[in-house]
Amino acid sequence: MDPIQLLIICAQAGMLVNLMLIAAAYMVLAERKVAAWIQGRVGPNRVGPWGLFQSFADVFKLYLKEDVVPAAADYKFHALAPIISIAVAITIYAVIPWSGPLVTIDGHSYGLAMAPQMNVAILIILAMTSVGVYGVALAGWSSNNKYSLMGGLRSAAQMISYELSMGLAVIGVVLISGSLNLVEIINSQIANGWNIMYQPVAFLIFFVTSLAETNRAPFDLPEAEPELVGGYHTEYTGMKFGLLYLAEYASMLAAGAIMATLFLGGWDMIPFVDEAALLGLAPDSIPMVVLGHITFVSKALLMVFVFIWIRWSLPRFRYDQLMNLGWKVLLPLALANIAVTGICLLLFG
Amino acid sequence: MVTTYVPLMIMILIGVIFGVSNIVLAEILGPRRRNKAKLSTYESGMEPIKSARERFTVKFYLVAVMFILFDIEVIFMYPWAVQFKELGMYGFTAMILFMVLLFSGYLYVIKKGALRWD
Repeated sequence: MDPIQLLIICAQAGMLVNLMLIAAAYMVLAERKVAAWIQGRVGPNRVGPWGLFQSFADVFKLYLKEDVVPAAADYKFHALAPIISIAVAITIYAVIPWSGPLVTIDGHSYGLAMAPQMNVAILIILAMTSVGVYGVALAGWSSNNKYSLMGGLRSAAQMISYELSMGLAVIGVVLISGSLNLVEIINSQIANGWNIMYQPVAFLIFFVTSLAETNRAPFDLPEAEPELVGGYHTEYTGMKFGLLYLAEYASMLAAGAIMATLFLGGWDMIPFVDEAALLGLAPDSIPMVVLGHITFVSKALLMVFVFIWIRWSLPRFRYDQLMNLGWKVLLPLALANIAVTGICLLLFG
Repeated sequence: MVTTYVPLMIMILIGVIFGVSNIVLAEILGPRRRNKAKLSTYESGMEPIKSARERFTVKFYLVAVMFILFDIEVIFMYPWAVQFKELGMYGFTAMILFMVLLFSGYLYVIKKGALRWD
């Protein structure tokens, strides 16, 4: 690998981290604004026009806060947990196909996607969500607080339970597309129509499990404030809390982007329509790639909006209901979905 | 190809650096005014009773063991799913057989009550 390639990869990484930070800042604001609208309030409106700079003010505040680590806590693991959470959330951004190739340098083409030719991208995503469990479990255990420990344990058990159904739901998509490469999955959807049309059950399972994986309502048992105060981040203050919070929003956007990739056609604007021919442009010309990128991000943000909407509309599950849903409803449903997809592919495919 | 994974390694590195640098920066910028009450474990205003690292219910452990078992089965299905069109009827029958075995194990787990939370 020559230095120019390395340099470009580092630049892509920098751009993606920036994208993540800005998106997370405005997702936090969107969350508060949507919550306010749903509850008939105004929401943050003091910092900048319509409260647009609220999140930046919050970040500065977090930097200037004292970092309190309880005397009973394990200092090293207490600091390690938010680092694991944020590193995992950022790493997923490397495999998501944010855009098609934009520029060609020395025979290699580059877009916003860092590793478009990686052929095990789906497995990396699943692996990274598994590693994310360590962040939450460590945060809960290292705080040496009963609320934190219960929150961490609940969260770990919930995340690993729902990851099974998530992995099984993706198999339906892989069956249809015949590849684990996310770019090839998008291309097969551009050719044959979006996967959500062929795999509605898998999409539903994937959506529900994404809610559980990102610890969002109605699956936010780990931080059920009436019973557990703040769950695994009860003992976190300042920027360590900020990192855990940022990781949650970063993985929300990642979940939205993965859903857009696997089920909603990725860069494709309208299913079954060749947009490039309609607009009279070449399929890989720069305006088409930029339009595709905008489409992709809009789809991801739409899913994020649905996440926020659900959080402020639905009550929280009870823990036994949550585990029953994961193990006794979603898991058999996902297995049945694979069998039915296989039969349909054998008969009609 | 090892070079395919270089972007991933760089991104992991950047993630770790991002996390560490933010924590260090906040440590430098933030104040340091410690006292005994502030550093005690939060327990809704009560004096903390004993350590939190007590025994907890075995169900969490059972869920973790079950996750490992089932997750390996899920990973087995990925190569099959990628090669589905080439394997055809033979591959499908084999996988259905595998799924029946997996599902009977799952039914056993349910019957044993390993996943009962109430």
